[in-house]
Amino acid sequence: MDKGEDQLLKDVTQNEYKYGFTSNIDTDFIAKGLNEDVVRLISAKKKEPEFLLEYRLKAFRKWKTMEFKEWAHLKIPKIDYQEIIYFAAPKNTKNLESLDEVDPELLATFDKLGISLQEQKILSGVAVDAVIDSVSVKTTFSETLSKFGIIFCSFSEAVQNHPDLIRKYLGSVVPIADNYFAALNSAVFSDGSFCYIPKGVRCPVELSTYFRINAANTGQFERTLIIADEGAYVSYLEGCTAPQRDENQLHAAIVEIVAHKDAEVKYSTVQNWYPGNKDGKGGIYNFVTKRGLCEGNNSKISWTQVETGSAITWKYPSCILKGDNSVGEFYSVAVTNNHQQADTGSKMIHLGKNTKSTIISKGISGGKSHNSYRGLVRINKNAINARNFSQCDSLLLGDRCGAHTYPYIETNNSTAIVEHEATTSKISDDQLFYCKQRGIAAEKAIGLIINGYAKEVLNKLPMEFAVEAQKLLAISLEGSVG
Amino acid sequence: MLEIKNLHVSIQGKEILKGLNLKIGFGEVHAIMGPNGTGKSTLANVITGRDLYDITEGEIIYKGKNLLAMPIEDRAREGIFLSFQYPVEIPGVSITNFMRASLDEIRQYKGLPPMAAGEFLKYFNEKKNLVEMTANLAKRSVNEGFSGGEKKKNEIFQMAMLNPDLAILDETDSGLDIDALRIVAQGVNKLKRADNSTIVITHYQRLLDYIVPDFVHVLYDGIIMKTGGKELALELEEKGYDWIKDQGKA
Repeated sequence: MDKGEDQLLKDVTQNEYKYGFTSNIDTDFIAKGLNEDVVRLISAKKKEPEFLLEYRLKAFRKWKTMEFKEWAHLKIPKIDYQEIIYFAAPKNTKNLESLDEVDPELLATFDKLGISLQEQKILSGVAVDAVIDSVSVKTTFSETLSKFGIIFCSFSEAVQNHPDLIRKYLGSVVPIADNYFAALNSAVFSDGSFCYIPKGVRCPVELSTYFRINAANTGQFERTLIIADEGAYVSYLEGCTAPQRDENQLHAAIVEIVAHKDAEVKYSTVQNWYPGNKDGKGGIYNFVTKRGLCEGNNSKISWTQVETGSAITWKYPSCILKGDNSVGEFYSVAVTNNHQQADTGSKMIHLGKNTKSTIISKGISGGKSHNSYRGLVRINKNAINARNFSQCDSLLLGDRCGAHTYPYIETNNSTAIVEHEATTSKISDDQLFYCKQRGIAAEKAIGLIINGYAKEVLNKLPMEFAVEAQKLLAISLEGSVG
Repeated sequence: MLEIKNLHVSIQGKEILKGLNLKIGFGEVHAIMGPNGTGKSTLANVITGRDLYDITEGEIIYKGKNLLAMPIEDRAREGIFLSFQYPVEIPGVSITNFMRASLDEIRQYKGLPPMAAGEFLKYFNEKKNLVEMTANLAKRSVNEGFSGGEKKKNEIFQMAMLNPDLAILDETDSGLDIDALRIVAQGVNKLKRADNSTIVITHYQRLLDYIVPDFVHVLYDGIIMKTGGKELALELEEKGYDWIKDQGKA
């Protein structure tokens, strides 16, 4: 970079994290630390049926025997699991019949986050489930949706009202022993969202979950389960923010999706957990297991993610293409700045005939950050005529950041066609000069170039999310060039 | 409009401009000619503010202001436009968005509100016709996959959009076939006002058949070696640059 860029780096400090406030909400905690009693306590607090307690205990016992395997390109400080509070919930959240009963401070929090539940409910046609400190506080639109037979509620409500569905599907895509964090989540998850779309129903609105960590020293372990029955369709959005704190906080979530015959699920995430300050202090450790099962023939699952937050991101939204002709897609923009680390990508497991998968990954790294793409494409021996196309692009801002690509391809069927393309580029001085010569200042020019670079992925987002994501990308990278 | 006094410029210790003087009045068209490697593009880059160079001596006054103290984007906002010799590609950024950003920034600098979407679109389409740019081209990403001719048309289109006070055309004729050359030149001529000025950098006389200069300068060995009217271009075409070189020695 030329003289101008050095200057730019010196001039600009990191943009203030917009969602770093803390809300003064009356919170119900349990003591920190983790043992079987804590697992039992969580289950008891949620008045869970016996099978779920058993599920948790089994997961906890498994977790105790497991070790975290550090195969990712991440430097992860040792996490003391006894220092974490495993359950924190805003008080007075049970059995809310209307928004009027929600703690006003809580509503104010969501207003600050730009998601006014009131407005959402009336105007936007987006059904929202808001999860704060692991507990779902309000789900909007449920009544309207129930006319279509759609179930959209907090995970806890689903446990109470639809235990058969939970028993049938929980852990069916991400088993307890899948990985260290999946086991931990399965033991201590506190809430999340549940969604069931019945046969032949196209969900008429976007469903949305908003996750917020508020309380200090707590971990957030939410659980999302989405089931699209035969011929159903749903588009699902997920947003996340957290307060600005000096200590790190753990977030270990699981999302499971099941798509039956001819069903389609689109899952979009804008992840903006607190990334830590510009010296790398604080921030969320984001260890998430997201997996979809294309169970039936002609089913389709599509993941779109814009990852700008978290100090550490460890996340591989995947598809198991079991049904014949099923389709899996993964579109990702991952931005790291300052001292952030991300190891993210996807797994596409082809089991059925004529299965197709697409991976488009755009990594953008600035500051002293490290950004890795890690992806697995596996074609099993019965997956005749499987097809995969993967494209992994990395954009480097400055010369102190790193971009890494780890593609794994396993092909056990000679009819498979697997393509992988990868590029690494920098924003060139020529591009910046060209923009400036047209009157566009450097910061704005970088925003413009970045958004152009990520356009293929941003285009996959639902409209209202795309606009938000565009702004987020530009903000996340302020002061990143050097 | 623009006055360059005793400009000395070097790059990596090698002096390229060696005391160049040039004065451009309002409403004038100046052609700068000369063989390759004599500093024509360097001059364009120094005026627009590209910071690859060391300016060791001299000054540039633009509309009464010290141009060399201005950041690149402010020079652009003050009405200096460069039609690039090699326009760069910006993947994923549509020309529409790019121009929108550019106009907004320039308007903001001048204390004007951003153009309303409808107004912008109308303005955009008006200018597009000026350089016979197809609707399709306007939707594509800036210069991505453009042919040489399309890139140059896009430069002149941008010039039309921004309506500069001082336009610098750096080898705009290179890589153009005769039809594209005519379209581009006609576009430039239509943008001519009584009070805006143009610097045409070229080493062929061809372009000057279409864009008729008031003055022709020969840049040689880092200075303006000779200045004349439009007939000087024809004389150069006939006699070649060696003629100037010999004159320089004489």
